[in-house]
Amino acid sequence: MPRRDDLRRILVLGSGPIVIGQAAEFDYSGAQACKVLLEEGYEVVLVNSNPATIMTDPEFATATYIEPLTPGSVARVIERERPDALLPTLGGGTALDLARALSEDGTLERFGVELIGANYEAIRRAEDRELFRATIEAAGLRVPRSGIARSIAEAEHVLADVGLPAIVRPGFTMGGRGGGIARSEAEFHQIVGEGLAASPIGQVLIEESVIGWGEFELEVMRDRNDNVVIVCSIENIDPMGVHTGDSVTVAPQQTLTDKQYQALRDQAIAVIRAVGVETGGSNIQFAVNPETDEIVVIEMNPRVSRSSALASKATGFPIAKIAARLAVGYALEEIDNDITKATPASFEPTIDYVVVKWPRFAFEKFPGTSGKLSTHMQSVGEAMSIGRTFKQAMVKAMRSRELDVTPPTDVPLEELLARLETPSHDRFEVLFAALRAGASEQEIHRRTHIDPWYVSELAELAAGVDPEDGLARTFKSVDTCAAEFEAATPYFYSGLERPAPDGAARHEVEPGERPAVVILGAGPNRIGQGIEFDYCCVHAAMTVRESGRDAVMINCNPETVSTDYDTSDRLYFEPLTLEDVLGVIEVEQPEGVIVQFGGQTPLKLAKGLHDAGVPLLGTPVDSIDLAEDRARFGALIRELELKSPPYATAESAEGALEAAEQVGYPLLVRPSYVLGGRAMEICYSPEQLADYLRRTGAANGKGTTIYLDRFLENAIEIDVDALCDGDEVRIGAIMQHVEEAGVHSGDSACVIPAMSLGPEMLRQVEHATEQLALRLGVVGLINLQFAVHADDELYVIEANPRASRTVPFVSKAVGVPLAKVACRLMLGEKLADLDLALPEPGRGPGHVSVKEAVLPFDRFPHADALLGPEMKSTGEVMGVAADYPTAFGKAQAAAGAGLPIEGSVFISVTDSDKPAATQLAASLHDLGFKVLATGGTAQAIRRMGVPVERIPKISEGSPNVVDRIESGDVALVINTPTGSGARSDGYEIRRAAVARGVPCITTMTGATAAQRAIRALQLGEPAVRSLQELHASARKHVALRREAAPADVPG
Amino acid sequence: MSTYLLLEDGTRFDGESAGADTFATGEVVFNTAMSGYQESVSDPSYRGQIIVFTYPLIGNYGVSRDAMESDSVHARAVVMREGVNREDAPGAEGGWLTWLSDCRVPALSGIDTRALVRHIRDKGAMRGGVFPGSMPESEAMERVMAEPEMAGADLAREVTPREPLILDPDNPGPRVVALDTGIKDSIMANLRQRGARLELHPCTASAEDLLARDPDAVFLANGPGDPAALDYVVDAVRGCVGKVPVFGICLGHQLLCRAVGLETFKLPFGHRGANHPVKDLETGRIDITSQNHGFAVLGPSGAKTIDADEPVRWETDFGEAELSQLNLYDRTVEGLVLRDVPGATVQYHPEAGPGPHDATHLFDRFMEMIRAAA
Ligand SMILES: Nc1ncnc2c1ncn2[C@@H]1O[C@H](COP(=O)(O)OP(=O)(O)O)[C@@H](O)[C@H]1O
Ligand SMILES: Nc1ncnc2c1ncn2[C@@H]1O[C@H](COP(=O)(O)OP(=O)(O)O)[C@@H](O)[C@H]1O
Ligand SMILES: [Mg+2]
Ligand SMILES: [Mg+2]
Repeated sequence: MPRRDDLRRILVLGSGPIVIGQAAEFDYSGAQACKVLLEEGYEVVLVNSNPATIMTDPEFATATYIEPLTPGSVARVIERERPDALLPTLGGGTALDLARALSEDGTLERFGVELIGANYEAIRRAEDRELFRATIEAAGLRVPRSGIARSIAEAEHVLADVGLPAIVRPGFTMGGRGGGIARSEAEFHQIVGEGLAASPIGQVLIEESVIGWGEFELEVMRDRNDNVVIVCSIENIDPMGVHTGDSVTVAPQQTLTDKQYQALRDQAIAVIRAVGVETGGSNIQFAVNPETDEIVVIEMNPRVSRSSALASKATGFPIAKIAARLAVGYALEEIDNDITKATPASFEPTIDYVVVKWPRFAFEKFPGTSGKLSTHMQSVGEAMSIGRTFKQAMVKAMRSRELDVTPPTDVPLEELLARLETPSHDRFEVLFAALRAGASEQEIHRRTHIDPWYVSELAELAAGVDPEDGLARTFKSVDTCAAEFEAATPYFYSGLERPAPDGAARHEVEPGERPAVVILGAGPNRIGQGIEFDYCCVHAAMTVRESGRDAVMINCNPETVSTDYDTSDRLYFEPLTLEDVLGVIEVEQPEGVIVQFGGQTPLKLAKGLHDAGVPLLGTPVDSIDLAEDRARFGALIRELELKSPPYATAESAEGALEAAEQVGYPLLVRPSYVLGGRAMEICYSPEQLADYLRRTGAANGKGTTIYLDRFLENAIEIDVDALCDGDEVRIGAIMQHVEEAGVHSGDSACVIPAMSLGPEMLRQVEHATEQLALRLGVVGLINLQFAVHADDELYVIEANPRASRTVPFVSKAVGVPLAKVACRLMLGEKLADLDLALPEPGRGPGHVSVKEAVLPFDRFPHADALLGPEMKSTGEVMGVAADYPTAFGKAQAAAGAGLPIEGSVFISVTDSDKPAATQLAASLHDLGFKVLATGGTAQAIRRMGVPVERIPKISEGSPNVVDRIESGDVALVINTPTGSGARSDGYEIRRAAVARGVPCITTMTGATAAQRAIRALQLGEPAVRSLQELHASARKHVALRREAAPADVPG
Repeated sequence: MSTYLLLEDGTRFDGESAGADTFATGEVVFNTAMSGYQESVSDPSYRGQIIVFTYPLIGNYGVSRDAMESDSVHARAVVMREGVNREDAPGAEGGWLTWLSDCRVPALSGIDTRALVRHIRDKGAMRGGVFPGSMPESEAMERVMAEPEMAGADLAREVTPREPLILDPDNPGPRVVALDTGIKDSIMANLRQRGARLELHPCTASAEDLLARDPDAVFLANGPGDPAALDYVVDAVRGCVGKVPVFGICLGHQLLCRAVGLETFKLPFGHRGANHPVKDLETGRIDITSQNHGFAVLGPSGAKTIDADEPVRWETDFGEAELSQLNLYDRTVEGLVLRDVPGATVQYHPEAGPGPHDATHLFDRFMEMIRAAA
């Protein structure tokens, strides 16, 4: 009797917001697991604070809690739901750490919750580096020499043993945060210092370096009968020293002999047994010295991981799905192989193609970062490609990255080679340049330690060998068995092959009976285009299938739910370039293509597809241009008698400075060629503008246009997501931003319903939205951004005729799946025929929802932790409650910056904020906080009669504000920028706060919201409610209002 | 140089020559392992066959002496998506493609191997050949048809030693007398590591010859061809069963089964790879195994597959035999134990070489059974 019938209700933990090191892969794993558990007849209780996930869709669990992933709030969910078991292995390190905390604080025992998938001891043996080392050595295997240090002095001592270079790893930080490679004494002191600060337990592990050895990962699964299989081997092209998440990796491994590979396989099996993961998947990392065959074990993750998602997509073996079945009692042999249907899951996939994964970085967004790669992960996303040969996969992967990396030109060879010695985000461009400049393969290998096999393959590419030349694009399937058995699952990739003698390509694709609709995905995750867009694409696929058509997905991001072959009828794992997409369209002959849901990536292809005669569904292509072309959009605004901030464009520095005078300062300046608010800056004076033009070289007279907008100061920003079928408009929600305009919409917190807009203003927003949507001929979704200026005037900031970042948040807040509805409209349905239980615009669904952005500053210690018009957040969380302050407090806690309810608050603000700041200080004082401030701010506060401790600025000697923060006696930092750039006090204060993990608020609006939230939190732990309950009551709420006032229901 | 593969049903795949510029014919079979190409081509069981590797890149880590499973290449030809020649790979003693041509083995690269494999999977393993583009298809087809069918082929004679060979006579362990129908080095290594005094005898040796060596056990090796064509070997084996413990691997397994009166049959396209799950019905353990066989033993009452995971039994000329190992892919017989006389066999390759080591414990079991019988 395989399935455990003694369990009824199972608690699943998600991984929370997308952060560097924990991305969409855990939505993929979690969504699969939830599906499986429901199929198996269990009740699923899910906790995840990330609204942009598919797994938090109400139909994926019996009860879904969008609540902070903190022991406190999860304990409250447990108390309310009384699950029989907790499955912690699908939510990354976050879920695993939570599970550890909940067993240590006795919660699991108190409520009789059993840990399934991985037991407490196994988690500790894998996560605690010391225990891990002991366990592995006991199993007769080798780990690098290492020692623990709690101080610089202890560190010195360990160093004497391991020697330089040394690897520094802070205890209990995720993705190697705060660690690094120390090559010199000086570096060693700096990194150990940062590491001790970053580690919540003030501990670092100092480890013998095996930099330059080959890095390999094995994905291993074990079942309750102790049967173990290796799902996939992954080889890092970048040798040890570059985090696997930042490395270009290849599956299966290419360079090990069968004997070497079998040795790794034997060790992997020994490790999973020694650590004692009873059931499920684990990722085990090895370093191999190719000269001596020496092997050391680097680490093990006793859970699904980024690599297991990659392995699942690379092989077709759904690790998370199977891990979930194993956790509830099944054995591998009792589970079918999804793909062949005929064979069991107790086997090892064998593949007949090559898979390459490329990381996607975002250094350009963080001035002050070096772009150098190290042992802590810095990439924000990844793309995967499948080819029949390594070279094919490699060029496809490079296409998939969608990077505008410019290969270094006229750099002397010696400098190129020197650069190669410390890997950087553009190392492969440098490597190609070096090869083209005549570097020998041996030289490249000597400088990079990249295996000679890869070097020679790359050399062929550099020499201009086109691995696709003269061959026919041939669609092959991914089948786990190298064609030994029939494949039932339609998961395809294009290989380049000689056609059959009759000239026809030997495709494996069978055209479906039903008409096909192609959905273009969003490609690699990046800042500004994240999981939200994948969520929309998945909803599109679901809707297309429900409509009786075949959903055909094209995407190249291995982390996502959209690239789960269960999501669509046919999945094509292909780069999102015009050529590759047209290749799929040629074999699919779809009824239409959907470009509206994948963000900018598919939108950029719209025109090309249109010109190639491909039918696009929904909003016409021209509307995209109309919304994006400054002049055309400006004219449209005038025509509709709406307002937008005064603006001008210029081609040269002189022109810009002139135009600036007419527009009037302050200005928001940006060059035309960048999207996502990149290189946007606010200039208050001609001097600043001139400086901007100089620094960015934007006005290089090389034909780049510069946009100058009047910057609306202290304006309230509003986001609107609306549906339109061409004749009628329905507003999903009007969101009011917490931070004022000037903080990118993606980085500011926002709230539904809008808190401080009067009925008249709401009507204006509604009116403007309707006019713009209709005039733009939108069929589907439109996103609008407005700013309400002090003079109570409404300004249009921009219109995006497509699904936006906020669609999942709005859908979950109001209980109506906007993307699904939009897709139905694109397929021809009319709003009039859909009875949508949407609350009236501006009026909430009966509860308050707050979205908060999650920023990666802790990953980039040298970048300034400031918000501005350029988006920097990697993810978001949602807080829901009956009132705004509580919802805001939950959102802060979920974002990892839980607000303190007592202690000291440090306040230092720019002059214009001082009045507001003194008010704030007063209320925080009343709430029992000790107020600390520097010079001017302190005076201002004292004048209000509020007791305040004045502490020295950095320049005024120690112990100054930074020392105080670092010593840990500051619970909250409120610091608004004084404009004077990096290295200012403000910069140092924010850096210290981020490093110490102290919540740091940089806007007065944010600070005021925080103060109200603190007051709410002091009244007691907020209650938790499931999304299903919230949506049910929202529907009632809407129905009641309709009865009350049927008149003001549109449509 | 443009070269092509022609199958007996007329299907043609074009590529370039990557090995010796000669032509070859044989049975076209595919192997799904992702590493171990050199072990495979030097495995005598591939005698008379053209190997199609499903993994697209073959040759990445070059060749080296310690990867040999015998002293020569036995495969007739090699078909690959992309043949790679890398003398300078760490630990390599030569490049794969150079080595193949030195060994006079034709190799074909640039083939859509996946399409080819799907064809063989659907139509079954068949005869075919690798030919220079200059050779007209008609002539090529004649040569393909001139190639004898694998069913009924006695290839053991081609790989067996002329003279008996006595290896490390002063090992402490039992004397294991092997009928060498093409034994792999890894099998010898596994037996010798466990202290066996191993001897190799020509496959033409009679029961008397073997028993005259006063063996503690007779071992039946792997090897090429159709077990049904080896009645003279089967007779020799029958002469030993019941007198000494008898063990067999792969072809040896099929021979022992025939010797006790069981039947073998030809699989549509065989098992060749390193990822086949096999369940040990005694322990319940599932081993991921290395496989290379085109024939299999019929189950009780002539069934080709066994539905339940149970140790079903055969009536044999030497009492009862019990199913001990079952293939979870296609549920064919992977091994059995004789219950009334000492003897046991496996169809797959516990010695790996290439492939996973999951099942090497079977050699320990062999040694124990020998000790028990002594
Ligand atoms: N001893 C070492 N010498 C050199 N590089 C190392 C060593 N240990 C780890 N690394 C590098 O650091 C990266 C991250 O280390 P890992 O133990 O995997 O931490 P994480 O939990 O962040 O994955 C690895 O991918 C590897 O490239
Ligand atoms: N005229 C303006 N006045 C004040 N803030 C503005 C103005 N224009 C843009 N912003 C701010 O800059 C952010 C990004 O601008 P936006 O035009 O939306 O670019 P993106 O394409 O990156 O979304 C907006 O979210 C808003 O906060
Ligand atoms: Mg790791
Ligand atoms: Mg915007």
